[in-house]
Amino acid sequence: MKYMLLLNRTADALPEPGTPELDRINQEYAAAVAAMGRAGVLIDCAPLAAGSSTTTVRVRDGETIITDGPSAEIKEQLGGYTIIECADLDEALKWAAIIPAARDASVEVRPIVATQAPV
Amino acid sequence: MSGPLDQLIRRHWWAAVAALCRLTGDLGAAEDAVQDACVVALERWPVTGVPANALGWLIGVARHKAVDRLRREAIRGAKEAASMRELDLDGSGLGPDAAPEPADPLSLVFLCCHPALDASVRVALTLRSVCGLSTAEIAAAFLVPEETMAKRLVRAKAKIREARIPFRVPGRAELPERLGAVLRVIYVLFTEGHMASRGDALVRGDLCDTAIWMARGVADLLPGEPEAMGLLALLLLTDARRAARTDDLGELVLLEDQDRGRWDRDMIAEGEAVLEAALRLGRPGPYQLHAAIAACHSTAPSAEATDWRQIALLYGELIRYEPTPVAEANRAVAVAMAEGPAAGLVILDALAHHPQLQRWAQLHIARAELLRRLGRDHEAAAAYRAALDLEPAAASRSFVTRRIRELAGG
Repeated sequence: MKYMLLLNRTADALPEPGTPELDRINQEYAAAVAAMGRAGVLIDCAPLAAGSSTTTVRVRDGETIITDGPSAEIKEQLGGYTIIECADLDEALKWAAIIPAARDASVEVRPIVATQAPV
Repeated sequence: MSGPLDQLIRRHWWAAVAALCRLTGDLGAAEDAVQDACVVALERWPVTGVPANALGWLIGVARHKAVDRLRREAIRGAKEAASMRELDLDGSGLGPDAAPEPADPLSLVFLCCHPALDASVRVALTLRSVCGLSTAEIAAAFLVPEETMAKRLVRAKAKIREARIPFRVPGRAELPERLGAVLRVIYVLFTEGHMASRGDALVRGDLCDTAIWMARGVADLLPGEPEAMGLLALLLLTDARRAARTDDLGELVLLEDQDRGRWDRDMIAEGEAVLEAALRLGRPGPYQLHAAIAACHSTAPSAEATDWRQIALLYGELIRYEPTPVAEANRAVAVAMAEGPAAGLVILDALAHHPQLQRWAQLHIARAELLRRLGRDHEAAAAYRAALDLEPAAASRSFVTRRIRELAGG
């Protein structure tokens, strides 16, 4: 059985880069990821960019509707995820629009932060 | 900015930011660099004179400023250092003697008007990045504190960078959809200037000028797009009436009461020529129809001689593209003028039941005008008061108050 862990945070604002606060948080994450790696349970992990850099895609009557920000629809809940690599947002939005969830509910396109490979 | 040098710099701002955006790949960095270059220009040009190639000069200085900034920031992380290397090594664009190329001004417009950005921030970002307005000026235009506007702009630029919104003109297939968002931003900008929804001034000429300048730029860059030309024609034909739209006290003067001698004939002629060129391309659209309606007004020798039947037909056509109550309300007014107030009132009364439209002061004013013409003074006064309750802009407010006073006085 595989599980996707959704790491929620309360606000977009993280401590400034270079501050001791952020260093401490990063060390705690690294320690947790390292522990999972040692135990052999880790498949993939990455931080996501700020929620404010999310774009939501809906397809209604064949028309692609793009909005800024995450889906505000409370009735929608996460049902899966797909990780793609694209040249830019326009390309990612095209792929998002062909996912059936874009017709039934919505697909949020959120940049993954590039980091060094974990472990 | 106000002096001739400031104006010269502002004229080049769009192309300079676009060129730096292409070079640095980052809108925020591009703006900062061009801003730095403008500061240098304002110091030097009064002494040295304006260089023959002012734009090339600005881009060249901005490029150096961009490298300087990245070098300073490079100590903060490896990522910036990498982008600095790219900048330094890219001989075609960034070598000290390379001929700077004013590239992709249109890409910048499409970037600022990208659908992945919130619609309200698109206008603000366009004012900043394309038109070169300061954050303080934009904050004033939106009537929000400068700090609030600064945060919105920073967030938008962060999203462009983080989500990697591309800096390019969309391909043929996407263009119609994406051009619509660009034209929309220009139209909103102009409308806000033409009939300020907030604040005490009815007309904000600076916003109208900026919108026309942008519409001209987009139409020039996309000569085969009739809707881009249609928008330019619409703005020219409408703005030509600016001087006559308010009286000495700044109050709204209705079209029928305007002194047509104060309309800008050259602007009307240009608008007509642009519209004709657009229509010759044989692909009609909403902006061309709006422009054709504006042309009916701007070319009528007198209010009585206005071809209202033609205007009603054009609105009927427009509703096919914009099936909105607002278009329907405008058609109603045209029908009232062509066939009498009673015919128009039937359409407006049907619309007045629409809950959303009850919040639209212009609808109540239009109904009130027709009721007044029909001699139904009591109902007219009630409709004027309904408009007043919605707190329209100051100039509309005093117009409505005057009408209520006239009706009360018999």
